[in-house]
Amino acid sequence: MKQDQLLISVKDLRTYFFLDEGTVRAVDGVDFNIWYGQTLGVVGESGCGKSVTARSILRIVPRPGRIVSGEITLYRKCDRSPSLRGENPSQQIEEIKLTDLDPTGREMCSIRGTEIALVPQEPMASLSPVHSIGNQIAEVIMLHQRVDKHTARARTIEMLELVGFPKPKERVDSLPHQLSGGLRQRAVIAMALCCHPSLLIADEPTTALDVTTEAQILRLLRNLQSELGMAIMYITHNLGVVAQMCEDVIVMYMGRVVEETSVDALFHSPLHPYTQALLRSIPRLGQKTRERRRLESIRGTVPDPYAIPKGCSFHPRCHQRIRGVCDQQEPPYVEVEPGHKVRCLLYQP
Amino acid sequence: MVEQAADRSKLLEVNGLKKHFPITRGFFFTKEVATVRAVDGVNFFIRKGETLGLVGESGCGKTTIGRLILRAYEPTAGEIWFNDRKLGWTSVATADKAQLRQLRQNMQLIFQDPYSSLNPRMTLLDIVGEPLYTNGIAKGSELKDRVAELLKVVGLRPEYMSRYPHAFSGGQRQRIGVARALALHPQLIVCDEPVSALDVSVQAQILNLLQELQEQFELTYLFISHDLSVVEHISDRIAVMYVGKLVESADTEQLFINPKHPYTEALLSAVPQPDPRIRSEAVMMPGEVADPAHPPSGCYFHPRCRYCVELCQTEEPSLREITPDHFVSCHRADELHLVGVKGLG
Repeated sequence: MKQDQLLISVKDLRTYFFLDEGTVRAVDGVDFNIWYGQTLGVVGESGCGKSVTARSILRIVPRPGRIVSGEITLYRKCDRSPSLRGENPSQQIEEIKLTDLDPTGREMCSIRGTEIALVPQEPMASLSPVHSIGNQIAEVIMLHQRVDKHTARARTIEMLELVGFPKPKERVDSLPHQLSGGLRQRAVIAMALCCHPSLLIADEPTTALDVTTEAQILRLLRNLQSELGMAIMYITHNLGVVAQMCEDVIVMYMGRVVEETSVDALFHSPLHPYTQALLRSIPRLGQKTRERRRLESIRGTVPDPYAIPKGCSFHPRCHQRIRGVCDQQEPPYVEVEPGHKVRCLLYQP
Repeated sequence: MVEQAADRSKLLEVNGLKKHFPITRGFFFTKEVATVRAVDGVNFFIRKGETLGLVGESGCGKTTIGRLILRAYEPTAGEIWFNDRKLGWTSVATADKAQLRQLRQNMQLIFQDPYSSLNPRMTLLDIVGEPLYTNGIAKGSELKDRVAELLKVVGLRPEYMSRYPHAFSGGQRQRIGVARALALHPQLIVCDEPVSALDVSVQAQILNLLQELQEQFELTYLFISHDLSVVEHISDRIAVMYVGKLVESADTEQLFINPKHPYTEALLSAVPQPDPRIRSEAVMMPGEVADPAHPPSGCYFHPRCRYCVELCQTEEPSLREITPDHFVSCHRADELHLVGVKGLG
């Protein structure tokens, strides 16, 4: 289902945090592409660098973090530009190196929100508690689209209607604390979508919600995607959500992409030992558990970010490690099958 | 009492348990304006050696029930009977101080958040040893030996005893919490969302640990969680709550294959299946969870229920046993054919 038009390409991205205790290599050489209209899932445990990757794309890495090296390129379709009249608009692609832009500069600020938008995890923490949701959404619209207050308000109500907010006309002036978690998240999604971004980065948008509300938000995102045709980068640790939401998945571990494949291959023929172990360790609804089957857990814990193991960073927890190889050599990133890449020495050609 | 004593297999029985929290207005002359019915007439029992899973959405009163059983909250009404090792069947709700002290040795709590439930200024020895010390069971070098043993049981190294909680990861901290709960060899452990703050790979470790300990020490668990797949994995029986009331309770397999309450059906269908080839079609429930301060008339679930009839709006259903051990509170439980989890049965 991949679209043939590239939207974002991330090449060898490295984002480090320089702390007093040492350097944390939160993202350490990440490569992936996002295509127009694609839903890419990013899976990993806490601390694996998935949120930092998203923040690097938006250029909002908090201090003392910094993008050390690597390239993030945004491919912008210029079909709306008047100077290109007469030419085939889909042929006109403008390349913008996000990593070269000033993070607080005008261009980056206009990309943020209009072309790449973020839905953060905690809706309460990302909304201002003292402004009504209507005003907060209208602010975004006025900032990016140069319209007056009344138009902005009308568009706000339109957006709230789009995300399934009940009685948007009456509730547009409510404050975040008057809303339930699900409605707050809908308001945040409305805010993210009000400038029709090409890429929506959803950073664990349903983790703080109940299952029933989560199901509603997931359905909403799916419907919005087919309606608006945007790409979604869906960051989560919940493999069930990945299976239901995404087309393609990248699995991250210790700041690196260890596997990249389609969602079907991830669940039915995973290659990396970490992915395999992760899939075996989740309790699944509908499995016979009466016989008290033990879950196969991954031994140990995620290593200390200050002391990343030598060689493959997963080798201390890996069941298939090869002594003298995995703890010495850096695993290469190999494409085992078309579209199925894995970073593991077992698949070294 | 006589009837309960006859049933030796039960460890805990709860009848008509209620907890109402007042909502007050005003600063000096506070007056009660409404009550939040956090727990509103709940009946259930737990057998010895089994795990009862308690599921429901946030705000449905699951945690309140856990705390009421330990009498961390005073119940507004209702009875809690606990079959204590020494005291026999005892009413927790009316127990005096001395009885409570004994009772609480036999019921312990594991908390949700392994970060805020451990005092950062106490070492592992202090944390795990505190219940032993305050109950006068061990002190000095004996205390150290007991703590070392407990740490070994939960898979931590005894050498860590003099360290502080900040030196441990989330999973290890949860192990410390488990060790503390085990210190007095309790009969019942109330696990309040013990794995929801943990990563997937660590979650499996803690679930396995809890199961191993259950076999080793013949523990009984009340396992509170919002994650249905975790609850299914660990529980023998499951009770489903909605706005302070128990709507259904049954054998795990029964409940998942053959749910009898529309809310259970909706809840099961909402769980995202970790398999892209099974598209889960969530049953959409319109509206929001009912406000426990102003619950709707009749069945609390009726405004969101797709099988709602007139009777549901006016009359509150009571919890009844439709097949042995399968309790449900729905007027239409006998006529409805609800869909459970696909791929089971």
